[in-house]
Amino acid sequence: MIKFEINGRSVSVDADPKTPLLWAIRDEIGLTGTKFGCGIGMCGACTVHVGGRATRSCITAVADVEGTKITTIEGLDDQANHPVQEAWRNLRVPQCGYCQSGQIMQAAALLQDIPAPTDDDIDAVMTGNLCRCMTYPRIRQAVREAATAMTGAQNNG
Amino acid sequence: MLKNLFLGALAIGVTGAVGFGVYAYKSPIAAITSDQHGDFEPELVEKGRVLASAGYCATCHTASDGEPYAGNYAMQTGFGTLYSTNLTPAMETGIGSYSAEAFRRAMHEGVDREGRHLFPAFPYDHFTKMTDEDVDAIYAYIMTEVAPIETVQTPNELPFPLDQRFLQAGWKLLFADLGRFEPDSDHSEAWNRGAYLAEGLTHCGACHTPRNALGAEKTSEQYAGAQIDRWSAPALTAANASSVPWTASDFKSYLVKGTTNYHGVAAGPMGPVVHEGVRDLPEDDIDALAIYLADKVGATEDDPAQSEIVLASLRKNQPDPQYRRDLGARLYATACASCHYNTALISQGRPDLGINSATNLDTPNNLIHVILDGMNAPEGISGVVMPGFRDALSDTEITAIAAYLRDKRAGQPAWPNLAETVADLRVNGPAAH
Repeated sequence: MIKFEINGRSVSVDADPKTPLLWAIRDEIGLTGTKFGCGIGMCGACTVHVGGRATRSCITAVADVEGTKITTIEGLDDQANHPVQEAWRNLRVPQCGYCQSGQIMQAAALLQDIPAPTDDDIDAVMTGNLCRCMTYPRIRQAVREAATAMTGAQNNG
Repeated sequence: MLKNLFLGALAIGVTGAVGFGVYAYKSPIAAITSDQHGDFEPELVEKGRVLASAGYCATCHTASDGEPYAGNYAMQTGFGTLYSTNLTPAMETGIGSYSAEAFRRAMHEGVDREGRHLFPAFPYDHFTKMTDEDVDAIYAYIMTEVAPIETVQTPNELPFPLDQRFLQAGWKLLFADLGRFEPDSDHSEAWNRGAYLAEGLTHCGACHTPRNALGAEKTSEQYAGAQIDRWSAPALTAANASSVPWTASDFKSYLVKGTTNYHGVAAGPMGPVVHEGVRDLPEDDIDALAIYLADKVGATEDDPAQSEIVLASLRKNQPDPQYRRDLGARLYATACASCHYNTALISQGRPDLGINSATNLDTPNNLIHVILDGMNAPEGISGVVMPGFRDALSDTEITAIAAYLRDKRAGQPAWPNLAETVADLRVNGPAAH
């Protein structure tokens, strides 16, 4: 049994240690907001947070996350009102939506490390998250808007 | 003495006022009835249709939601908004009561049938150059082909005293050079034909010549370029801003097709000028306009296709052939940068790979191990993982990423036998744990 914490809940998964974390999350734990895209860590659709850091779950073996704290799109905020999610809704970022949970998880991690990113920063960090609908301009705008909302909230104490 | 001066000034004033009144007064021309419009030869009507089209009369005499020629098109001017009048042969509100003579006076002198001065938003200062024959042809077309529509005229929105029509006579006295076109014997017949059309019927200067404070074209700056409806009407002189000089054949292409390869398309207020207007002219007339405009702009006949400015622009349009051409740089951008990119400061948990020991050691083994098999939770930063790319990236791709980091990020000499090391570690790793 491989134990870890997901969205604040302790779970035990009975799976082959080499099983990609993605399938443990989707098939064993039943959280399907995280998507399968390329399966080789090149598109970002499967991004979750492991220990607070954006991680491609499709190429991460479930055994490697033993004892860690994982957050998926379902757990980013209790009310789904993380500033990144609010910005995503305000700007109607998604088109087909498939890549968007990965985009949002990557963007939330980005803003932890780089609270006021330039467009170049956003591009550099988000380049590994592909969107076949080409919503990139809105993604970039939403990251900027979320950054403003988050730094504003901090400044207001 | 003072009294004499005063009387003298008064006398001049009165004389002037009387003189102006005589000048300004235009008598009405008798109304005709609809059965007096006359029967016109089909050739004349067709000629009139082409001329009305080339003068794009309908553009300003048709409201966006209105019937053709029925007027009420709003024209924003620096003085207020004017609404064009009904040009259909409607008897009450159109020009159905105009005789050919009244129509000619309107076109040539800017005076309506009842003797009122028209505002110069109507470019009679250009149409005055047109021959009686051409004006009569347009009259024949309108009376024969345009459906009579009675309308309710929207009142002009002009402040006092600009709304006083008799004052327009003063404007006319100051700024309008009334009279038919006079050929310039220094130029060819074709040039003169072009000048006749451009300066009269197609009234190019109405948009392309800047206007003075009272709204009159500055004749000394003919075709110097101006603003119209918040668009820029480019200069049709040597000051034309096009990077590639215009040629007569470009002008011809523009006036017929609305585009040239080297300049742009007929858009904004110029759109209808071409697409609903000038292109209907016979080819000889288009050629004449092109010759005239080419002369005004100082055109050459050099084919721009091989000019350095065109070639340079095409080169700049090419994608940057070096942009992420390197496989390693490309893979780093998509597979690594989301976690390893840093901005001005290195963040905890975002290892910078340019200064990382693994990239700077004499052998690539540590770097390759980590790319192949990543880091599990107990390794590296506790509670954080890096996925391994063993099943995601080929040897060639891992080699490319490692070579990129070593060269472009660390600035170190290339690792010898890098590709062989990647292949070896894939088969013989992950041994440490």
